[in-house]
Amino acid sequence: MQMIKKAFGFCSVIFGVLLLTFLLIHLVPGDPVEVMLGESVSVADRVQLRADLGLDRPLIQQFGTYLANLAQGDFGQSIHTKTPIVELIKTRYPATLKLAFLSLIIGLGIGIPLGIYAALKAGHWQDIVVAIVSVRLSAMPAFWLGPVLMLIFAVWLGWLPVSGMENNSAIILPALTLGLGLSAILTRMTRTSLLEVLNDDYIRTARAKGLTESRVILRHALRAALLPIITIVGLQMGSLLAGTVITETIFSWDGIGRLLVESIEKRDYPVTQACVLVVALSYVLVNLLTDVLYQLADPRVKFAS
Amino acid sequence: MKKFALIILGFWLFSVAAGRLLELNPTAIDLNAILSAPNAHFLLGTDDLGRSIVARLLRGVEVSFMVAITVTCVTMAIGVLVGLVAGFYGGRVDQILMQVTDVFLAFPGILLAIAFAAVLGPGLGNLILALCLTGWVSYARLTRGQTLSLRNRQHVQAAESLGAGVTRLIFRHILPLLLSILVVEATYSLASVMIAEASLSFLGLGIQAPNASWGAMLRDAVRYMLVAPHYVLIVGVSLMSLILAINLGGDALRDILDVKTDD
Repeated sequence: MQMIKKAFGFCSVIFGVLLLTFLLIHLVPGDPVEVMLGESVSVADRVQLRADLGLDRPLIQQFGTYLANLAQGDFGQSIHTKTPIVELIKTRYPATLKLAFLSLIIGLGIGIPLGIYAALKAGHWQDIVVAIVSVRLSAMPAFWLGPVLMLIFAVWLGWLPVSGMENNSAIILPALTLGLGLSAILTRMTRTSLLEVLNDDYIRTARAKGLTESRVILRHALRAALLPIITIVGLQMGSLLAGTVITETIFSWDGIGRLLVESIEKRDYPVTQACVLVVALSYVLVNLLTDVLYQLADPRVKFAS
Repeated sequence: MKKFALIILGFWLFSVAAGRLLELNPTAIDLNAILSAPNAHFLLGTDDLGRSIVARLLRGVEVSFMVAITVTCVTMAIGVLVGLVAGFYGGRVDQILMQVTDVFLAFPGILLAIAFAAVLGPGLGNLILALCLTGWVSYARLTRGQTLSLRNRQHVQAAESLGAGVTRLIFRHILPLLLSILVVEATYSLASVMIAEASLSFLGLGIQAPNASWGAMLRDAVRYMLVAPHYVLIVGVSLMSLILAINLGGDALRDILDVKTDD
C-alpha cells in the first residue's frame, strides 16, 4: 500500500514538474515569439515560429503535444541554430554529471573523515578549528569560492588551467568549488550524528567486548550515523546540481548549466525549458535513489510491509 | 561569535549611513582611474569604468537588503497562509497544497528562480518576483508541520469547543505560537535571499547596469581578475562577512527565543 502511495506521489511530482516547465514559456510578458526573435524579423518568420512552437493552439492541446513529444525523446529544437535540443543535451549532460560526481566524491572524501575526526576530538581545539573552517566554507557561495580558487591555483600559483575543458586537470577547480561547499555541510552533519550515537549503550557494549577503537567507530557507530548523512547527501545533490549552473559559467565548463545560461542570454526559451526540465528530473531521481539507499542502510525502514 | 556578528552588521549599517551622508556616487565614471588598486583617493580602488568600489559596495548592500527584506516579507506572508490552511484543515486541502509544494521542491536550489527570472526578463522588479514565486515553499512546509501538531493542542480544542471561529483559532491560538520559529527562519532566509539575488545578478538576470549589485560586481570582478585581483577579493570578502554575520545572528536569535529545530 505504502509502495503504491509512494509511486503515486512520485508520478504526480513528475507531472507537476512537466506542467510547470511547460508553463514557463507562457510566463514571458507579452508575446514570447516577439521576445525571442526581436523586432527586426519578418512577419512570416514570426508566424512560422509560432506555428513551430504550437503557440497558436489552445493551451491544453499544446501541453498534450509537449508531453507526447517528450515521451518520444523530442525536446524540440533551438530557435536560433535549429539543432535538435536532444543533441545539445546529449553532448552537455555527461560533462555536468562528471562534474557533479567528482564534486560528490570530494565532498564525501573530505567531509566524512573530517567529521569523524571532529567528533573524536569533540571539545578540543582541533574540533573548534574544523568547526570554524566549515562554517566559513559553507558561507561561501560558488560564485565567490570559485573565483578565489581560480585566483590562487590558476592565476597566482599557475598549477591548474583557469577555465575551459581542453585539459584533463581543468575539472579540478570547478569540482573543488562544488565539493568543498558540500564537504563543509557533511563535516558538521557527520560530527553531530556520530556524537549522538557514540553515547549509546551498544557502543559501550562494543567497547566492553574489547573491540579496537577503529572497529567500534567504523563498523558500529558510523553505520548508524550514516542514516542522516544519506538524507543530507540526497538533499545536497540539489544544491550541487543548481550550483553547477554558476560554477560551469565561471569556469567555462560546457555542461548543461552553462547551456542553460547561454540559452537565457540568447532568449532561446525552448532550450531553457529543456535544461530546467532535465536538471529537475535528475534531482527527483536522485531523491528517489536516496529513499531506496536509506531503506538499504536502515533495516528498520521498510516501505512494503 | 555573537559579538562578531553584531560588529559586522553594525559596521555595514554605519558604512551605508556614512556613504549616504558623504553622498558617495556609485555611478560616477573616472576613465583616468580604471581598475586602480586601493589608494588615498579611492579607498578600495575602482572598477572597470573607474567607478569607486566603496560607493558601489555600499549602494549594493542597500539594494541587497531591500530585496532580501521585501522577498522575505512577501514569501513569509504567502507561505505561512498556505501552511496554516493546509495544517488546519488537513485532509484533501492539505494533500493538494502539499502536492504543489512538492512540485516546487522538485526544482533544486535556485534553479526555478533562474527559470522564472529568465522568462520574466532582467530587472529589479522581475528579480523580486522570481524570488517570491519560489521562496514561499519552505515557509509553507514549516508552518504546516507546526500547525498540524498545534491543531490538536488542548488550548486550541478548548477554544474551538467554546465556539471560536476558524480565523480566530488560526490567528489567535495557533499563529502566535509559531512566531518565534518564523522569526528565526526569516533571519536565515535573509541570508539565502541575498545569496540568491547575488547569484541571479551574477548570471546577468538581476539588477542591471549601471545600478550597483554585489552579484554583478563579482561578475565584472571575475572578468578582470588577472589585472585587478583586489576587486574580486573585496567584493567576495564583503559578501561572505555579511552572510556569515546574518547566519550567526540567526543562531543567536534561535538561542534567545529557544526554538528547537530538528535539522
